[in-house]
Amino acid sequence: MAGQSVGVVAAQRLDFSEPLHLRSGGVLPSYDLMVETYGTLNAAKSNAILICHALSGHHHVAGHYTDQPGNIGWWDNIIGPGRPLDTDKFFVVGLNNLGGCHGSTGPSSINPASGKPWGADFPMLAVSDWVTAQARLADRFGIDQWAAVMGGSLGGMQALRWSITFPERVRHAIVIASAPKLSAQNIAFNDVARQAILTDPDFHGGHYYDYGTRPLRGLRLARMLGHITYLSDDQMGEKFGRELRNNAFSFDFDVEFEVESYLRYQGDKFAGYFDANTYLLMTKALDYFDPARLDDGDLVKALGRTDPKTGFLVASFTTDWRFSPARSREIVAALLANGRNVSYAEIDLNFGHDSFLMEDAHYHGVVAAYLRNITL
Amino acid sequence: MTTLPDRPDFDLIASWVEPGQRVLDLGCGDGSLLKRLINERNVQGWGVEIDDANILAALQNGINVIQSNLENGLADFADQAFDHVVLSRTLQTVRHTEGILNEMLRVGRAAVVSFPNFAYWRNLRALLDGRMPVSEDLPYQWYDTPNARFFTLLDFEALCRQMGLSIRERQVLDEAGQRVEATRDEDINFLGSLAVYRLTRTR
Repeated sequence: MAGQSVGVVAAQRLDFSEPLHLRSGGVLPSYDLMVETYGTLNAAKSNAILICHALSGHHHVAGHYTDQPGNIGWWDNIIGPGRPLDTDKFFVVGLNNLGGCHGSTGPSSINPASGKPWGADFPMLAVSDWVTAQARLADRFGIDQWAAVMGGSLGGMQALRWSITFPERVRHAIVIASAPKLSAQNIAFNDVARQAILTDPDFHGGHYYDYGTRPLRGLRLARMLGHITYLSDDQMGEKFGRELRNNAFSFDFDVEFEVESYLRYQGDKFAGYFDANTYLLMTKALDYFDPARLDDGDLVKALGRTDPKTGFLVASFTTDWRFSPARSREIVAALLANGRNVSYAEIDLNFGHDSFLMEDAHYHGVVAAYLRNITL
Repeated sequence: MTTLPDRPDFDLIASWVEPGQRVLDLGCGDGSLLKRLINERNVQGWGVEIDDANILAALQNGINVIQSNLENGLADFADQAFDHVVLSRTLQTVRHTEGILNEMLRVGRAAVVSFPNFAYWRNLRALLDGRMPVSEDLPYQWYDTPNARFFTLLDFEALCRQMGLSIRERQVLDEAGQRVEATRDEDINFLGSLAVYRLTRTR
């Protein structure tokens, strides 16, 4: 791997006491955000990059903790001195979004009104709410304008939303493996995942914390389903094929095929640490995302709200069928129709939607080249 | 396309593009032409490339570049979005010749096209000697050429007439990059190695 890790990092909890009025009509009277930063904010505060996380991400983007050397940030391979997102040049900010389950205020936090966990009473969230909270986070750091807002998948949607909602506060938006809105098929997959959670007897209408239980079966199924959509057919074929664990059919419903073993392992692992209510909220935020909706579905008009000076890098992966290259091209076409400065790379990588998290010389070269030309 | 440090057709193109215009360069390579047009003419430019290495090189040069296959048309680009759409030394590699010319003049007010002239006398002599031509402007062997179409300056002009395209400018260069000065089209066709045109749709 080129460059170095940012090394030991520490998270910080920032509390915000100003109420946040949400797209759904709900209000959060106050909230906490978990944040990590890497690199040094320059005197002009012109070198800050915001990393927005996807469905299951959080603020631990790079490096590791002193007491947990094996707990490496989810996008560590792209961030660090000499890495594409070079922390010798940039000040990088990662956060856990509202509604999350990694320390930021979310459904498992205590609702000040009841003294009990929010659970199902936690208000519904939209991508625009996250962006508003992130803008207040920028204010807290004294950052008037991000050098770049960057993310993959749902994180890319936040970068796009930033460029529309706060056009003058984004110098560059880097939108990877994303889409301008979900398709019916995308929403359908999300709903099956949600139904798995909602129908788990341990869900208790979202108030499972009060019952000392968690809807693990539903969450596990949701993750297994999601995981299938993150991988490519080719990659699954290469990795697992029809390999059997015991070389022969056992004619029962135990794990027989290697792919079953893999998915069950991934499901169990995820259910072990993730909160089901957060999963529900995140998938709904995905479904609701449609920045063109208030412009009668006209994405050209919606992206016309971006600043003409904002630069865009859009990247997609050839084997991503969850948010295929065609979805990224919709964004590119709408930006071009507005005469925006945009570059687009369609990267040939075999890891499906998950490709955006992988280390690949060309992919990382594209990101590095774009970031190197950002003037501070 | 390979990029030569000093390309004479770039001088012509730079002289035809007005300051501040929007320019789309199809098959932009590492973005050298756009970089020059940005520096010299203050244009807003975008390139289109299919090749990964060129995408990377163009990004390194700080050029807007869109990864796309020209054979699939220019669907990502809106009608009349550009002042000039450039296709430099690339038309001969495109299979859908009429398709790309129509697309260029759909998305752009004017098209700039350069291509190697197959009727250049050295090319003809090579053929008379029994071999496919290899020259400054046709630098490939027959078995590794990306070129799919071989045509002459007169062939191209006949196609333009057939398609209702107006030739606004024409400059023809020899292998040394010097302008060919001749009056008869047949002589220019014989003496020119590289042809550069500026086209609009006839109204």
